[in-house]
Amino acid sequence: MIRQSVLLTIVLAPLIAAILAGVFGRFIGRRGAHTVTIAGVAISFVLSAWVLKLLLVDGAPPVNEAVYTWLVSDNIRMEVGFLVDRLTALMMVVVTFVSLCVHVYTIGYMHDDPGYQRFFSYISLFTFSMLMLVMANNFMQLFFGWEAVGLVSYLLIGFWYTRPSAIFANLKAFLVNRVGDFGFLLGIAGVVYFTGSLDYQTVFEQRELIAANTMQIIPGIEWQAITVICILLFIGAMGKSAQVPLHVWLPDSMEGPTPISALIHAATMVTAGIFMVARMSPLFELSEVALSTVLVVGATTAFFMGLLGMVNNDIKRVVAYSTLSQLGYMTVALGVSAYSAAIFHLMTHAFFKALLFLAAGSVIIGMHHEQDMRKMGGLKKYMPITYWTALIGALALVAFPGTSGFFSKDAIIAATAAASIPGATYAYWCVLLGVFVTAFYTFRLIFMTFEGPERFRTDAHGHHDSHTPHESPWVVTVPLIVLAVPSLVIGWLTVQPVLFGDYFGTAIFVEAAHDTVARVAETFHGPGAFSLHALLTVPFWLMVAGVATAWVFYVKKPELPSQIAARLGPLYKLLENKFYFDELYQAVFARGSRRLGSVLWRAGDVALIDGAIVNGSAHVVGWFSGVLRRLQSGYLYHYAFAMIIGLSALLAWYVLR
Amino acid sequence: MIQLEFVLLLAGLLFALSVAGIFLNRKNMILLLMCIELMLLAVNFNFIAFARQLGDLNGQVYVFFIMTVAAAEAAIGLAILVVLFRGKKSINVEQLNEMKG
Repeated sequence: MIRQSVLLTIVLAPLIAAILAGVFGRFIGRRGAHTVTIAGVAISFVLSAWVLKLLLVDGAPPVNEAVYTWLVSDNIRMEVGFLVDRLTALMMVVVTFVSLCVHVYTIGYMHDDPGYQRFFSYISLFTFSMLMLVMANNFMQLFFGWEAVGLVSYLLIGFWYTRPSAIFANLKAFLVNRVGDFGFLLGIAGVVYFTGSLDYQTVFEQRELIAANTMQIIPGIEWQAITVICILLFIGAMGKSAQVPLHVWLPDSMEGPTPISALIHAATMVTAGIFMVARMSPLFELSEVALSTVLVVGATTAFFMGLLGMVNNDIKRVVAYSTLSQLGYMTVALGVSAYSAAIFHLMTHAFFKALLFLAAGSVIIGMHHEQDMRKMGGLKKYMPITYWTALIGALALVAFPGTSGFFSKDAIIAATAAASIPGATYAYWCVLLGVFVTAFYTFRLIFMTFEGPERFRTDAHGHHDSHTPHESPWVVTVPLIVLAVPSLVIGWLTVQPVLFGDYFGTAIFVEAAHDTVARVAETFHGPGAFSLHALLTVPFWLMVAGVATAWVFYVKKPELPSQIAARLGPLYKLLENKFYFDELYQAVFARGSRRLGSVLWRAGDVALIDGAIVNGSAHVVGWFSGVLRRLQSGYLYHYAFAMIIGLSALLAWYVLR
Repeated sequence: MIQLEFVLLLAGLLFALSVAGIFLNRKNMILLLMCIELMLLAVNFNFIAFARQLGDLNGQVYVFFIMTVAAAEAAIGLAILVVLFRGKKSINVEQLNEMKG
């Protein structure tokens, strides 16, 4: 039996730590700030692991209970409540574990930063918000967590608020997320409209009722209500999980400090959309149109965003594009109803992507805050721990057989191959070619950073640089090692129960007709055999080809890439400009809304309000008094005459009445 | 005994004369003050006439009040006139249109 107090402690410990570090940061100092926040997250992690153990080993029933009723309005209850089943518990453990690693890592990374306490307060607040999101048992709390993580993400992207680029990036992230959140809010409104409840359980029980309804958005065209609601909810997920076309904020979010990129913009927050769709699986399963939309969007993101990683030279941005691409893989898995594969990939990705980001951060520390890979190279000798852990992360990312990423990604590819809903063929080709792309950009990063000539000795100005890269302190390397272990083995250990067993039980619902995971499971005979069998499949050889191409390009013949770039001029330019998404949005939405604003300003504000209402009324009064002032001649005899006339008139009226 | 009608007629004539004085006089501020005094006297005539006719002394008491107020008013009016003359070097009514809107 899981006690409510335990769940409350898990959620509130990071919140209290955040308040202590944020409000009293000046009194408790740097050491105090990191001690209290790490303690808070550590408590959460230990208790989350204990809850997972209770659910898994001791067979405790899932918890679904309200803790506090905020308000009841028109029979809609707004509550704070917890739904903790195995899906939630898995997310809780992943979130708190990665968060704990990042907290420790931050001690080293932010060592010299004046905003030390503020930073710890923010990441602890993030942990609280994310836990509220995953543990919610109703849409209201889900939305609260959703917005709260968005807020913390905004604050942290703009953490170095004196940099104009950081402020630009956090505003961009905020605005793009607002588009997604708008869809999400409409989706929740649709759910409440048809079921009259915010509670997950009640909504899922009435899902057939929603499915029976239709609605007209454009008059004359009937839409299935469930399709509309699911697509609106998915728009929210597109914003948060950075799917095309709402992906533009994620690469720019790399303006934030690296620990944040690892925690928020790779491992946890961006997966909130994936988690939400998996949580809503009973709704999504009823709408094939919505699933197809999810599938196509995910496949597009997985392949085309990966392409962008191939040409970027900023070490963090390459990892960011890889995150986009991997989120696309998870979304594809959702689209083919392989929710368990999506969550499984979410988990393994959280470990190896956090690892890669933290390794990139370690490189950045070692290079004295240089992020351009063209100025690195040969770091293997100077930063051995970072190199080996990054290599493990890279192998997991490219799905080398046996690593954690292999099991999850191969399962997604196999599930996509087995799917039969519209768009599945397109998605299959996207995820398949995505394997080559992933392998190429990942090992391009590894080779450019750690192998080859030592390009950092001469900087851009041509003179010799005296400092040599150095290995990072233990607070940085220990989290790397701690994350490297699950990146290697977690897939092997958990693939059987999580993916093909009944780990999720009733937490995830799949229609029998859509059950692609079951079809994959028919060919699954244990992790060892799965790995060996992979050596005969197309994805494995595509991966090898990708790594080999990267090796030829960046180790064997470093002059080759620029020649090819010159040969494929327009294509290379297209990739370098990120398919012109930023330019398009700048031209259409940013400039369009500014133009609309300027029209409204001129017509509405200046002409109507200022001109007609404010100045207009003053003008009317002025004109009227201009007429009246002619009566005021200032001559005494005129006033006396008026008095006499008035008196006579009154008397005449009195007498003749 | 003089009939009431004659007294009222005299009072009315005096009042009309003072009103005409206010309208027609365009040059001299002092004349204005004198016209106002004359107006008050015309009213006093009415009070006295009715007091005598009705045998009620209250009307005559009012006359004393009015004469007191008129004296005070004349003092203030002349004082204002002096200040006005110092400022404008003129007591011409035609030029006194400071209150024009």
